[in-house]
Amino acid sequence: MLGLEFEFLDVAILRTLMHGMWISLEVAGVALGVGLILGTVLALLRLSSFRSLSFLSALYVNFFRSIPLAMVLLCFYLVVPQVLSTLFSNTQQIDTRLMSALVGFALFESAYYAEIMRAGIQSVSAGQVHAARALGLSQFHVLQDIVLPQAFRNMLPLLLTQLIVLFQDTSLVYVISLSDFFTSAEGVGERDGRIEEMMFIAGLIYLIICFAASKLVDRLAAKSL
Amino acid sequence: MTYQWNWYIFLQPASAKDSYLDWLISGMLTTLQMGCLAWVIAFSLGSLLGVMRTIPNRAVSSLAKLYVEIFRNIPLIVQLFMWYYLAPKLLPQEFRSWLFALPPASTSFYTATIGLGLFTAARVCEQVRAGIDVISSGLKNASLSLGLSLRQSYQYILLPITYRTILPPMTSEMLSIFKNSSIASTIGVIDLFTRARQLNEYTAHGYESFIAVIFCYLIINTGVMLLMSRVESMLRLPGTGGRV
Repeated sequence: MLGLEFEFLDVAILRTLMHGMWISLEVAGVALGVGLILGTVLALLRLSSFRSLSFLSALYVNFFRSIPLAMVLLCFYLVVPQVLSTLFSNTQQIDTRLMSALVGFALFESAYYAEIMRAGIQSVSAGQVHAARALGLSQFHVLQDIVLPQAFRNMLPLLLTQLIVLFQDTSLVYVISLSDFFTSAEGVGERDGRIEEMMFIAGLIYLIICFAASKLVDRLAAKSL
Repeated sequence: MTYQWNWYIFLQPASAKDSYLDWLISGMLTTLQMGCLAWVIAFSLGSLLGVMRTIPNRAVSSLAKLYVEIFRNIPLIVQLFMWYYLAPKLLPQEFRSWLFALPPASTSFYTATIGLGLFTAARVCEQVRAGIDVISSGLKNASLSLGLSLRQSYQYILLPITYRTILPPMTSEMLSIFKNSSIASTIGVIDLFTRARQLNEYTAHGYESFIAVIFCYLIINTGVMLLMSRVESMLRLPGTGGRV
């Protein structure tokens, strides 16, 4: 089909691809973890009654949402290595590409998770908050035990869908040549003159993973309703 | 860490003819062109697919669903590489030799625009489908029972209402198409993002270059938002107060 031949694939190539996939998952995992925490904080600031905090949070979110992710990655690849070299004297052991990608993704994704969490917090009815306050819970406990768990549960399908988008977006670390799954596949393709075949394989693998994951999310969403 | 800021760098000549500022402007024009052309593809194909998903015909709607599943579950960068490297193999020989006889930047511009358009079409399709689903089925049944054909009920009743309801999500799709066009630089389109890298390399003033390019993206975004809010107020049905 299409004049594609796959005989050139061997164990070494598969190992490169597996390692690349591990990097992709690592970036996605760290971005998810930091993004959720920072996103929740940003959402709370946005909804707080302090006008200046709410404004700053809105500024952060809207700024990151209006520039392309590739641009964010490129900027952090300029800034992060310099910051690292001023903070630590010995930067030889640190993979600056990976660090830049991790920082860039985490800060970028926080903006998107902040919007989801804001919708989630707003979806919890005011009656819940009033009832909890009437029962004598402190402001902090209302947030921790009543509002956030419900917000989180309401938004779970959206958070997971965003995770799939995030996983797809990790392929953009290509612009700073970090060897994730896609960049490794492209590298092997260029080296062996098999770029068509490698792109076909990469597309197919992303399709299988993301399709399966989105079907799981659909089932979860149907169950929780 | 001391950094010498120099904003006059953009006025310096980059080559015999043009300054670095000209680079920035030409990159912005390419990004705008590509986003607009891809949007035409995305909007028309996405609308068609969205309608296909809602008409009472299993085969047609599952065909549209298949399209959406494929185009939504492969990262855009992989899709653009596939359009650049794989898709031309399917074309007839004459067309292929025409495509690759073009200057390299034009070849990648065409393939990337098509790729970006088809990718965004899947997302537009989902918005149109959601918009049609939100309209109560009573409206559709009423228009059919008045004697309108299925085609007429879409043309005169369902779609005019749907497009008004989905204007806000369509605006954000439009914003994403300009942001996503930056990915086309990976297959050789000389857009705003490519210019950012070139400016960084040629001038060695990374901070100024990147801030200028980010500023250009912000201008494009603001322009789209202003335009769409104009469109929204122009299309508003009298007496609906903005909500249909």
